[in-house]
Amino acid sequence: MVRVRLNNVSKYFGKVRAVEGVNINISDGEFVALLGPSGCGKTTTLLMIAGIYKPTKGRIYFDEADVTDIPPKDRNVGMVFQSYALYPHMTVYENIAFPLRIKKTPKNEIDRKVKEIAKLLRIENLLDRKPGQLSGGQQQRVALARALVKHPDVLLLDEPLSNLDALLRVYMRAELKRLQRELNITTIYVTHDQIEALSMAHRIVVMNEGKVQQIGTPDEIYNMPANTFVASFIGTPPMNLISCSLIEQDDEFILECPEIKVPLGRDLSTIIRGNATSSEVILGVRPEDIEIVAKEDEAHATAMVLVTEPLGKDVVVTTDIGGNTVKIVTSPLKSPAPGERIRIKFKLSKIHVFDRKTGKAII
Amino acid sequence: MSRTYSRTKYVLYNIAKYVIVIVVSVVPIIPIWLMYMWLVSQSFSRTLILGIVPSGFTLSNWRFLWSSITMGQKTYPNIWPIVFNTLFLSLGVSALVVFVSSLGGYALSRMEFKGRSQLMQFILALHAFPSVILLVALFILLNKLGLYGKGIMTLVGIILVKAALEIPMATWIIKGFFDSIPWDIEWAALVDGCTRFKTWRNIILPLILPGIGAVAVFSFLSGWSEFLLVFTFVKDESYYTLPVLIYHMIGEFKYINWGLLAALGLFYMIPVLIFFSLSQKILLRIYVGGIKR
Repeated sequence: MVRVRLNNVSKYFGKVRAVEGVNINISDGEFVALLGPSGCGKTTTLLMIAGIYKPTKGRIYFDEADVTDIPPKDRNVGMVFQSYALYPHMTVYENIAFPLRIKKTPKNEIDRKVKEIAKLLRIENLLDRKPGQLSGGQQQRVALARALVKHPDVLLLDEPLSNLDALLRVYMRAELKRLQRELNITTIYVTHDQIEALSMAHRIVVMNEGKVQQIGTPDEIYNMPANTFVASFIGTPPMNLISCSLIEQDDEFILECPEIKVPLGRDLSTIIRGNATSSEVILGVRPEDIEIVAKEDEAHATAMVLVTEPLGKDVVVTTDIGGNTVKIVTSPLKSPAPGERIRIKFKLSKIHVFDRKTGKAII
Repeated sequence: MSRTYSRTKYVLYNIAKYVIVIVVSVVPIIPIWLMYMWLVSQSFSRTLILGIVPSGFTLSNWRFLWSSITMGQKTYPNIWPIVFNTLFLSLGVSALVVFVSSLGGYALSRMEFKGRSQLMQFILALHAFPSVILLVALFILLNKLGLYGKGIMTLVGIILVKAALEIPMATWIIKGFFDSIPWDIEWAALVDGCTRFKTWRNIILPLILPGIGAVAVFSFLSGWSEFLLVFTFVKDESYYTLPVLIYHMIGEFKYINWGLLAALGLFYMIPVLIFFSLSQKILLRIYVGGIKR
């Protein structure tokens, strides 16, 4: 088990800047998810930690040792690929035994370790099969077994669940979390699925266009997004982002957007006075933090209902407010009908304000 | 009424279809089959009636298998040293081609280096050169290298030349097989503790065995049937290969023993038949490409 430290790591492919100035500190035994849309550089970052790509700039440390120039075989990392990358010409047993065989481990020890890990992952009955005869979920377990059998210092997972069907994915999520906790291996998990990241990781690194957007616990990422990218990437449906301007009135700020007016009150106004650099801002509010109210004087805006999507427990209501599309999550009991005009109120304690130019969070 | 009419039409149409298919596919094969039949019947019979029907069974045409062959005034040695020479040449070519093309194909498929695409185009162009135009240059080259007129070393020289001519195309074929192996598998092996070479040997090579097999078969057959280089460079009869021996069976004094020639021809075909029947599936896969998973 080691700490992993990325110090200002960049990777360029010709002119393409795949990863730019990434700094991440991962503690011993921590489960960190790299989250971002496809092409954001998360897999490239993972491959650099594995040693397959060499960073163009920056250093990578395992504990205090600089591993930047050390080849993958000497890093003692285990990795599960998105395609599982099992060796098709070997049986499951041979696949799992391969890392040990390469290390010239004695035969009886290989046998003991392979059986042990197969038992842990519940694949003892598959050992004689070839990868081609396995289902996706089984292949995934074999790939995991192969990564774990050599007791790696760091476990790297590249979208391991993305090829599984929805039910199995939910099951494997819990299973992976259990394994990680049991073995206490420093784990770095690449995914584009926010639910996986939020549900499994101790901390999440949100990346976009090769840069780290925010590093934080799932709670921090969800409730305190550092910028508009994180705000819009996390959460389903995503956070509503509305361009507004700040107007000062009697020492308090009012957010004025098309057909929306939100008085911010004394506390929020104090924060804004300290942080805001311009009056051009973006109001961010999650769909579940918008309430449908009856009284006009309570409301922040009036919305026109366009579509309602019942999801069982909730209803997603898509509305139009002054040309902006705003999504609201409400209970089926309060569900309005399309075409109806409704009064809405934002939960002031849950709203976010971002600088329009930089996208950075003010509140 | 109209129904029976259309039914007859349908049947006629079907018959016509089959007739055309049979004519087109079978007729062109008839001359080829006739030639093979002639080979077989000629080699086992004393005389032929109407040039094709055998009469009088004999094994005397196959006497080259156990005694030396006298052709005109010349006596050629027993066939087996010649067979050995031919095998030596073909297996040598095959081994060299497989060795170089499996490494070269890997480099072309997997490694980034300057001039890679130009090199690939150049390789294709190389394949376009027929060996005839190189004969004089090759003669000088082999002479300087001491690989001309030195007994078995002459055959070694021919192996080098023949392999050099085969390697470009073989490398291209093998490259295609390497291309079809996902990077993930190679990376997995690197992470599992392999060096690049060990990855190539333990993981990648077993996956492209069909490609290796195909290239091996092709280069073996091209070595087996090589005539021009051996004919030009080998002057000592004891280092002849089968194609050259067969040529001499025709060439001397315009006297031709057809029975002997047919038997020799059949004998010469045996390895080809064996190889093709064993490797048919592999050869078919070249054009499909890649690994079946």
